Amino acid sequence: MLAYIIQRLLQSVLVMLVVAFIAFALFNFVGDPINNMVGQDTTLADRAKLRQELGLNDSFVVQVARFIGHAAQGDFGLSYQQARPVGQIILEKMPATLELSLLAAFLALALGVPMGIYTAINRHSWVSQAMLAISLIGVSLPTFLIGILLILIFAVTLGWLPSFGRGTVVHIGWWTTGFLTADGWRAIILPAITLSLFQLTLIMRLVRAEMIEVLRADYIKFARARGLTSRAVNFGHALKNTLVPVITITGLQLGSIIAFAVITETVFQWPGMGLMFIQAVTFADIPVMAAYLVLVGFFFVLINLVVDLLYYVVDPRLRIAREAAAGG
Amino acid sequence: MTKRSRWLYRFVVFALLAVIAASGEAKTFRWANDGDPTTMDPHARSDGFVTSFDMNIYEPLIRRDRNLKLEPGLATEWTNINPTTWRIKLRQGVTFHDGTPLTVEDVIFSIQRARDAGADVTSQLAPVKEVKKVDDSTIDFITAGPVPILPNYLVAAAIMSKAWCEAHNTTSAATHEGIENYATRNANGTGPFILKDRQPTVRTTLVKNPNWWGLKDQPIDIDEVVFSRVENAATRVSALLSGDLDMVYNVPPQDIERIRDTQGMKIWQTPELRTIFLGVDQSRDELLESNVKGKNPFKDKRIRQAFYQAIDEDAIKAKVMRGFAHPTGLMVGPGVNGYDSALDKRFAYDPVAAKKLLADAGYPDGFQVGFDCPNDRYVNDEAICQAVVAMLARIGIKANLLAQTKAKYFGKINAPKFETSFYLLGWTPGPIDAFNMLQNLAATRTDTDGIYNNGGYSNPHLDELIKKIQVELDSEKRNEMISEALSIVKDDFVYVPLHQQMVVWASRSNVELAPMGTNDFQWRYVALR
Repeated sequence: MLAYIIQRLLQSVLVMLVVAFIAFALFNFVGDPINNMVGQDTTLADRAKLRQELGLNDSFVVQVARFIGHAAQGDFGLSYQQARPVGQIILEKMPATLELSLLAAFLALALGVPMGIYTAINRHSWVSQAMLAISLIGVSLPTFLIGILLILIFAVTLGWLPSFGRGTVVHIGWWTTGFLTADGWRAIILPAITLSLFQLTLIMRLVRAEMIEVLRADYIKFARARGLTSRAVNFGHALKNTLVPVITITGLQLGSIIAFAVITETVFQWPGMGLMFIQAVTFADIPVMAAYLVLVGFFFVLINLVVDLLYYVVDPRLRIAREAAAGG
Repeated sequence: MTKRSRWLYRFVVFALLAVIAASGEAKTFRWANDGDPTTMDPHARSDGFVTSFDMNIYEPLIRRDRNLKLEPGLATEWTNINPTTWRIKLRQGVTFHDGTPLTVEDVIFSIQRARDAGADVTSQLAPVKEVKKVDDSTIDFITAGPVPILPNYLVAAAIMSKAWCEAHNTTSAATHEGIENYATRNANGTGPFILKDRQPTVRTTLVKNPNWWGLKDQPIDIDEVVFSRVENAATRVSALLSGDLDMVYNVPPQDIERIRDTQGMKIWQTPELRTIFLGVDQSRDELLESNVKGKNPFKDKRIRQAFYQAIDEDAIKAKVMRGFAHPTGLMVGPGVNGYDSALDKRFAYDPVAAKKLLADAGYPDGFQVGFDCPNDRYVNDEAICQAVVAMLARIGIKANLLAQTKAKYFGKINAPKFETSFYLLGWTPGPIDAFNMLQNLAATRTDTDGIYNNGGYSNPHLDELIKKIQVELDSEKRNEMISEALSIVKDDFVYVPLHQQMVVWASRSNVELAPMGTNDFQWRYVALR
């Protein structure tokens, strides 16, 4: 098992190298950062000098090699925009994104799975029909629109919740958390709902579809024929067998929640990595963009690994197969 | 009531009053903008917003008041003792936020720091040859030639503490190999506000400087300033309407009316000094992006005039800018030194005449030309360009619009490439003097002049005039020459000036503000009623 994990982590290095290469190939198209870094009166000579100092005149291959060389030593360079170490900026922004993503994922799971089960078991009740109808909104409305609507209702009209930001945060070492203040909880509600809504409806529909499929299976009929309680049938047998695809999708979705919290973070001015990335793109802040993309590549590899490991927990057949293979 | 309970009662009432008084006193002003003041180092960036922000913490020798007039800052007076020397008297009794007193040495050090490699305000101080101490309160600025507008340039140079910079290894604004400059996130100025907490791109908190020298003449109403960056325009406006903010700085044009019509909200506006204009390539022998081959139609003044007269600026003002623009016939707006209202008349919008000019010049059926435009730099920039495309189509010109983000756009059209045939640009004369526009936009391209003369216009007579303006100390004579130069630029159709956009701020109605044409935001003028 350990060898397997190490192998996967080594693969992640390869993924990150490829991401770095592609990222740098794209950076040729984001524009010239120099114009954003200096004022209109800066002389051409000074501009040329700055461009030389930043190494922007070097070829694409040299720039990638230099980035990888420095990154391997944990040095991601200075942000063009903020003139601060990129590593430090990312560490500052990461807690905000992780807290938001994890809460959103939790909401999506904690509500999506039970709703999926309910709508699968009680297919014709009006509550199920209502849930399905409402879930269409989550699937079809774009995230930024949902965010703006929530702000309009809960911040502008009702005045209950703040319209932007993260509220008061508490420092625990380098980590900052908004979970320890009332202010922080108030601030996270709207963005978390916005970010989770799409995932919630996705999970709900997925669980429902899988569950309906499984409930039709012969072994469920046999279980019922044996006189098991519907509780045991539904949760002990049916639900467990729907979980493998749900875990796969949830895992992949968690990756995209983290990677693509960009829109939610922009709407709510949530000071996380997604917002940082957007700011970097508009500024053509290449060091920040590169480090972020590589990091996101790493997150995806890591999450996929965790998902693969979870299969073993959920599906005994995989465990047996592997043990048999190891034994044979 | 027993005696003791009466005392207790009095005590409680007193305590409550004290609490109310204290809470009433601490006035916090919360505002937001779409950009962030990326550095607290006043010499590191000459970006309008960053400089404007930092200049609440740091101060220059000479500053501008709310009407853009020069007024004493850390200098109490300035005179031209001979053509190449400006003598400046330093204000006495000023201390930095850390308590050290301001001295002549700090000024000499700061000017040097602002001119060194790594600083981005160097060009304003380029004419300064030497800064000399005369005595403990007098400094001489020696210039290479006469510099009539040196005081205007000094507005850009913030004064820092020499001892503080040395103690924190930040005697230069440059960033060394991967190490952050201490002054990027820390500050020690003499200004009305003290930096308390800085979370880059999130929140910056400042408090009133209780020892500020200016307090005796100008009391400051607010005790604390909290700046947040809110990039999304809809969120920024929502935060204002919901009461999370007292003021927003960049107001999206489509929301202005809505905010104005909302109870308890207020819109502030003043014409901005930035002029939005169109330019064309008039130097290449063949245009880069056109179906006209072997020649450059824009070398013919009639074509440039046709473009000018084909554009209905009043319609752009009414439809695209929703009234928030000041149509202009000049390349500098009201408020800039040298502005001449007699010249500020646009040539008439006349598509028939324009069509005839095209025909006279040999293009009765018009021609095609590429058109470069930014889409995130000026107010409604892309929409203006789309309107221009439609207007030009009426006289048979097919402009192929390429609207892109500023990082791409400026890299294409500006020096050294100048890869454009037809473009839209905006210009604010930094020192608020028309000479700056003439030197950068109208003078023939050299190493120091014509840097933004992207069309490559060249007129030796005008160049000579600009050189004279550069060194003329007599302001009346100088302004006459400026008027002459401006009318040459106008009559030669070097550019098609469109309008000055408006500075538009929005606030709750209990807030008093002083919007300035430079879009500078000086918090010393803010009051919460």
